[in-house]
Amino acid sequence: MLVLFSLGVMWETRVLPLGSLHNPGPGYMPMLLAIVLAGMGLLVALGGGSSPPLASLEWAEGKHALAILGGCAFAALALERLGYRLTVIILLVFLLWLVERKRPGVVAAWALGLAFGSFFLFANLLKVPLPRGPLGF
Amino acid sequence: MVETLQDLYLGFSVALSPSVLLYAFVGCVIGTLVGMLPGVGPLAGISLLLPATFGLNATTAIVLLAGIYYGAMYGGSTTSILMRIPGEAASVMTCIDGYAMTRKGRAGPALAIAAVGSYIAGTVSIVGLMFLAPLLASFALRFGPPEYFALLILGLLVLAYMSGGSMPKALAMAALWLLLGMIGIDTMTGFFRFHYGLVELGDGIGVVPVAVGLFGLSEILLTAGQATPPAVMKPRLRELLPSRQEWRESAWPIGRGTVLGFLIGIIPGSAHIISSFVSYAVERRLSRHPERFGQGAVEGVAGPESANNSATSGAFVPMLALGVPSGPIPAVMLAAMMVHGISPGPLLIKQQPELFWGFIASMYVGNVVLLILNLPLVGLFVNLLRIPYPLLYPAILVFCVLGVYAVNGSVVDVWIMAATGALGYLLRKFEFETAPIVLGLVLAPMLEMSLRQSLAMSNGDYAIFINRPIAAVMLLVGLALLLLSLRPLLTGRLDWRRRLGGQAQPTLAEEKRP
Repeated sequence: MLVLFSLGVMWETRVLPLGSLHNPGPGYMPMLLAIVLAGMGLLVALGGGSSPPLASLEWAEGKHALAILGGCAFAALALERLGYRLTVIILLVFLLWLVERKRPGVVAAWALGLAFGSFFLFANLLKVPLPRGPLGF
Repeated sequence: MVETLQDLYLGFSVALSPSVLLYAFVGCVIGTLVGMLPGVGPLAGISLLLPATFGLNATTAIVLLAGIYYGAMYGGSTTSILMRIPGEAASVMTCIDGYAMTRKGRAGPALAIAAVGSYIAGTVSIVGLMFLAPLLASFALRFGPPEYFALLILGLLVLAYMSGGSMPKALAMAALWLLLGMIGIDTMTGFFRFHYGLVELGDGIGVVPVAVGLFGLSEILLTAGQATPPAVMKPRLRELLPSRQEWRESAWPIGRGTVLGFLIGIIPGSAHIISSFVSYAVERRLSRHPERFGQGAVEGVAGPESANNSATSGAFVPMLALGVPSGPIPAVMLAAMMVHGISPGPLLIKQQPELFWGFIASMYVGNVVLLILNLPLVGLFVNLLRIPYPLLYPAILVFCVLGVYAVNGSVVDVWIMAATGALGYLLRKFEFETAPIVLGLVLAPMLEMSLRQSLAMSNGDYAIFINRPIAAVMLLVGLALLLLSLRPLLTGRLDWRRRLGGQAQPTLAEEKRP
């Protein structure tokens, strides 16, 4: 993976002037680092025999991890469209109700409390600019 | 000496002003909470709170963030001792004997020894910081681009050598993130590198989304699906007092941990983590009864806890004196200082004495605050751990998104956090060291700039790195470390960490399994 990534970087670097060994251009350092990365990637691959086999890794938390990452992606997409508070409410309802199977009362209290509480603390008290949705929510 | 005391007086006049005192207190409280909560940690905690400091002046902002850093060192010990859950990675070693003491009904003394050891180590190491940083800063005035280039290379090699895991893996991580640090506008030529149409990448990838993703989000991803933690024990105030024998057995480990931690703190690397490992190994080796370690030896709590607090101050020495971060947390602190228009480096102490000495004095004050917070109020903080993790992690996630977004007001940063979180999760699964990553990202532009400036100075002659003695010595030390670390690959011997600790470094996820 590391070697493939470094080959990709070398390919992308072709559009940048490399300069010379004595007068490096903007493409010089990325190319040099890609070469180092490829070398280290090869060393890691060669030493792979001493590592535990891939099949021995446990992925018990994998489904949770995917759901949480999905939640992050939703937050990135929705934050500036729906506003901070609505995004947080939907995100927490998804995680607490659908993923963690918490009772609706707990979900509602936690989601509303955290969305409005954190907005009040950061946006109102600490003056951190947070996005508001189309309805100012 | 007299001059230093005068400067310190100036520092205390800043640190004891009501606003700075308040923010030192707030930083310590937040730090204690951050240290106790699994899934946050000092790095993510500092990164998340960074936007909230934008409205503050530079001194109070740095005092607040530093309070979070050393507060987390104190707080991390509580969960380690009471629940065998290291709230942050530096407390992993405290889990072993701290939790064993809890099972023997000695939780109170373990907490007291950890807090007192942390206080002594924190206070003594600030004296070291106070005297060493100005000396190092005046020495660093002789540094030009070649010396900085050599120092940065040495720093990366030391970090890779000191980190857990193999040297090739650590160097691969450093190279990978030095590469990602190349994204953005090249300051010497104006070329916009690897932008893929995203103008937000003009200044490069931010440290904050990467730090929060790698250390905060990845921890949530690893922990959220695990079994719930065991019941929490809540010690009462009168149970906190250690016996006379426990005090006697802890005295030397606290002293040794303080010295070791400070020295390791100065060296680049995840100092607070490494120092606790080294201290534990040293205490076990020096003990007349090494078989007690793992069964509730108080030395196994006193040494590592003192070392990780002392390392915190040590890590500030190169950051304040040279402007070069020695690990991921100083790297974020450095970024925070730059946000406030401060350029840490050799001239900082002379140009901004109120900031430097106010910061030093606030650390003395912070240590007293933390001692008070962590002993009588431990029962209060422990209540936080009663919140079930399935309720806690969504809240932490919300703060991650909020903190990352607020730095630049850009959702691109939220995407970067999600991507680096997923990457950090996979890297930790495959036992790659993530500490060099954040450092690589910060050092990349400095490294490239110093190389190109050096070559411009010498008309393209690489001999400039050998002809200048300071640079040559640093590069030679780096080369020696590289060769030393390659030796286990060739001879098949165990590396120094496994020999010292007598066991492999447990991952945080492994430690969290009840």
